[in-house]
Amino acid sequence: MNFVLPEIDLGAIAPQLWLTATAILVLMVQAFVPLVTSRSLALLSIIGSLLSLVATLGLWGQEAVLFSGMIALDTFSLFFNVVFLLGAILTVLISVEYLEREQIAHGEYFALVLFATVGMMIMAAGVDLIAIFIGLEILSLSLYVLAGFMRQVLRSNESAMKYFLLGAFATGFFLYGIALLYGATGSTNLDRIFLIAGERGGWGNVLVMGGMGLLLVGFGFKVASVPFHMWTPDVYEGAPTPISAFMSTAAKAGAFAAFVRVFLYSLPGLAASWAPLLAGMAVLSMVVGTLLALVQRRNIKRLLAYSSIVHVGYLLLGLLSGGTEGGASVLFYLLAYTFMQVGAFAVVVYLGGQGEDDLSLARFSGVAVRHPVAALAFSLFLLSLAGIPPTAGFVGKFYIFSAAIQAGHIGLAVVGVLTSVVSLYYYLGVIVFMYMRDPVDLPERRPSAALVTALALAVAGTVEMGLFPGSLLDLAQQSVASLLGS
Amino acid sequence: MSAEVPLSYYLILGALLFIIGAVGVLTRRHALVILMSIELMLNAVNITLVAFSRMQGNLTGQVFSLFIIAVAAAEAAVGLAIVIVLFNSRETLNIDEINLMKW
Repeated sequence: MNFVLPEIDLGAIAPQLWLTATAILVLMVQAFVPLVTSRSLALLSIIGSLLSLVATLGLWGQEAVLFSGMIALDTFSLFFNVVFLLGAILTVLISVEYLEREQIAHGEYFALVLFATVGMMIMAAGVDLIAIFIGLEILSLSLYVLAGFMRQVLRSNESAMKYFLLGAFATGFFLYGIALLYGATGSTNLDRIFLIAGERGGWGNVLVMGGMGLLLVGFGFKVASVPFHMWTPDVYEGAPTPISAFMSTAAKAGAFAAFVRVFLYSLPGLAASWAPLLAGMAVLSMVVGTLLALVQRRNIKRLLAYSSIVHVGYLLLGLLSGGTEGGASVLFYLLAYTFMQVGAFAVVVYLGGQGEDDLSLARFSGVAVRHPVAALAFSLFLLSLAGIPPTAGFVGKFYIFSAAIQAGHIGLAVVGVLTSVVSLYYYLGVIVFMYMRDPVDLPERRPSAALVTALALAVAGTVEMGLFPGSLLDLAQQSVASLLGS
Repeated sequence: MSAEVPLSYYLILGALLFIIGAVGVLTRRHALVILMSIELMLNAVNITLVAFSRMQGNLTGQVFSLFIIAVAAAEAAVGLAIVIVLFNSRETLNIDEINLMKW
């Protein structure tokens, strides 16, 4: 029997390797260097992420399919690498202070964040369902642990339990979908599935349709779109705040990367079948998410969780529009969303106070008096999430809705615009509390340098992408064009 | 000599196990039983993949099922750890009683 050794090109996966090596190094340093502080471990993680970023930029422009058709090196995956690394760096920066305050400053935390990022990168680069599945599981397993990282806190335990059970349940659907697609096409390679899935009829088509539907359920769970969203508010509320930020930005971007690759690249021939389903998910996410966010007063993290469901609706709308325009609008929006969402969570970390017993909107009363800069930054992020110009959120939404209109989804675009108008109500509600109520007693604290850096980065990104979106949009379009070959 | 078992038997077995697992996840209230139901779903996928692998005449499906077994082991490790932590703090594994967070 002939055994052909696959061609191994480690240079092409250098970003993943740098991160993996750093994560293992963090674990080792934590285990063998006595009295190492969590700050130095955080610094080490950031250096590793920056090295990975440099490796990503060094690979820019190259195109190849490697490791026996498992991993693709293309601008699409590299663009997503930048989004993931940005999310990871911001998360580590806002974690430092939080971990010390909650007394959970263990090195495993940073290692798990890095491992999760590696999983996302594999998901974004995978051109075989095996690779996508492995990436998804590396990401999910790390996040299950991170969600329950505060072992002594009941909410955190409960959050991990709910996330694990529903995540594993979704994985089951995802895998059964893959199995059916494999049965219909005889391959798990996205290129082969693209070739065969479109032309099969009869029995084969039942398998393809079933497989596609189950994949949609699996992805729906992972990106938290209605009607698969039930876990989102509970998990985001109970998890450590920086991890909520990480899950709602980078992890979601990872799931969307695979979502875009599988549906726009591999299954466009079945668009007539999946488009109505996706349209339903998009409308439900936008409407239900908005309604639930409107009545949420008890906890700002829950409010941000519901608003993240609305944003998933917008992203699904971009995905549904398809083509270079639709795909590029998704990529652009994910990058913009990373800045503004992590920024918003950074302010929550700053103002939360130990234990975060009370995160109701009332706690933010009069914050503008005591912490004017934090209040200003928070207002900027919230306005950007609502889509007010000149912020990143406005430009991102503008591209998504114009892509939807070009693709003929005018009714959906109208729903999108209406929900974002309504969303102003609950975002402005927070701002009203900060600026127009009498101040409550908040502990006087100075933010750590890391938190200030994260806030500055997020503000800069939100404003920069709002004022000068041109070059980044071009990049997003090139990335999707490299994927769709147009 | 015995007649060969037709492919459809394996597929039906896989589908039935998957449905039993899914129904178990949705109806059972004990966290450990839910965990077992999820394992059932994953193994149903394995059976389906191996049957298809035989039908298609290539080994991809079997390789995939090995990956699934490995990942399921990792998932069980993490899942049981979460179960233990939760049981230590709450003294219950009934998911109806694990409801600190609502609305």
